[in-house]
Amino acid sequence: MTALLLLYGEMFIRFFLVGLFAIGGGLATLPFLVDMGEVTGWFTQLDISNMVAISESTPGPLGINMATYIGFQISSNYGALAGILGAIIAPLGVITPSVIIIIIVSKILNRFKDSKYVQYAFYGLRAASFGLIVSALLSVAKIAFIGTESGFSLESINWLCLVLSVIIFTVTMKFKKVHPILLIVFAAVMGIIFKM
Amino acid sequence: MKTLINLFLVFARIGGFTFGGGYAMLPMMQKELVEKKKWVSNDDLLDYFAIGQCTPGVIAVNTATFVGYKTKGLLGALSATLGVITPSIIIIGCIAAFISNFQDLEIVQHAFGGIRAAVVALILSAVLKVSKKSIIDIFTVIVFLAVTLLSVFTDLSPVIFVIAAAVCGIIIKLRKEKTSLKEKEGDR
Repeated sequence: MTALLLLYGEMFIRFFLVGLFAIGGGLATLPFLVDMGEVTGWFTQLDISNMVAISESTPGPLGINMATYIGFQISSNYGALAGILGAIIAPLGVITPSVIIIIIVSKILNRFKDSKYVQYAFYGLRAASFGLIVSALLSVAKIAFIGTESGFSLESINWLCLVLSVIIFTVTMKFKKVHPILLIVFAAVMGIIFKM
Repeated sequence: MKTLINLFLVFARIGGFTFGGGYAMLPMMQKELVEKKKWVSNDDLLDYFAIGQCTPGVIAVNTATFVGYKTKGLLGALSATLGVITPSIIIIGCIAAFISNFQDLEIVQHAFGGIRAAVVALILSAVLKVSKKSIIDIFTVIVFLAVTLLSVFTDLSPVIFVIAAAVCGIIIKLRKEKTSLKEKEGDR
């Protein structure tokens, strides 16, 4: 029992540190997790690649998914219930620093939002934010239509995926009321039917 | 209290249907937060994403905390943040407990082939919506192109881009102010 509580405590602190130092979201947590595995022996490199695959094939933020998965794996030696509690404690550790820091930033921004310097900074910042989103879009598109290999040839294009994507894009433009959830479910069903 | 429950539920919905993390949340957030609930504007979302990039932690969590705090203070921040992580905990918990090779299941892989296609289309249409507000003049076009190209072709951290763009924004605007002041004086 004490061993389990100590494990939870250590887990919370270690994941708190990951949340505190991983800047840039999602995959930025990866190097920290690799390090955690090496230091604690809680999981191996193979576990990590497994965990990334699972996190990417389930909904939700990547960093949170990975923390949940590891939290369960580490503490499930003590039984399923202990595992579930571990799966809650690890992600809570990851989000705690975020919540504290963002609330502080929000307070500062609220105070200075009328300052012209802040407004000028946001003028540049929004364009950069937009650029980052577009580059994320490009990398998602590459994985969806070409795959993870680095080479590019006409044969490697996944035409089925491309067509589905064009259809869904057209729907979002023509029928603005359609909810993204519906389109995601539709796409998943299409993927299964046409073996994408 | 009602708003708090609402925040939790809306963010749980966002967390439960976002595949691919971070930026893939943009279309869902636009739909739920900007269009349906009107808690924040498209501009706000872009700001949160940018700041979420340079502050530590998971971007989706950072954005949830921002929106929750803006809508309902500290408790709002907590509700939204717990909401966005709850589906992950439930889904991953079940998979970790019961399915040992979830990601290798053929049906999962096919479903994901389809979902990825949808995610590309959804992000693209979300991007078009925010472009009108963020790309407004030649300077913003240059910043946008520079950041996109640099993040595609280099391994530089996004933190650098965001900070550099903010500094450039201040410098450019201040210079514009100066020249327009001079013009006014010249008129006299």
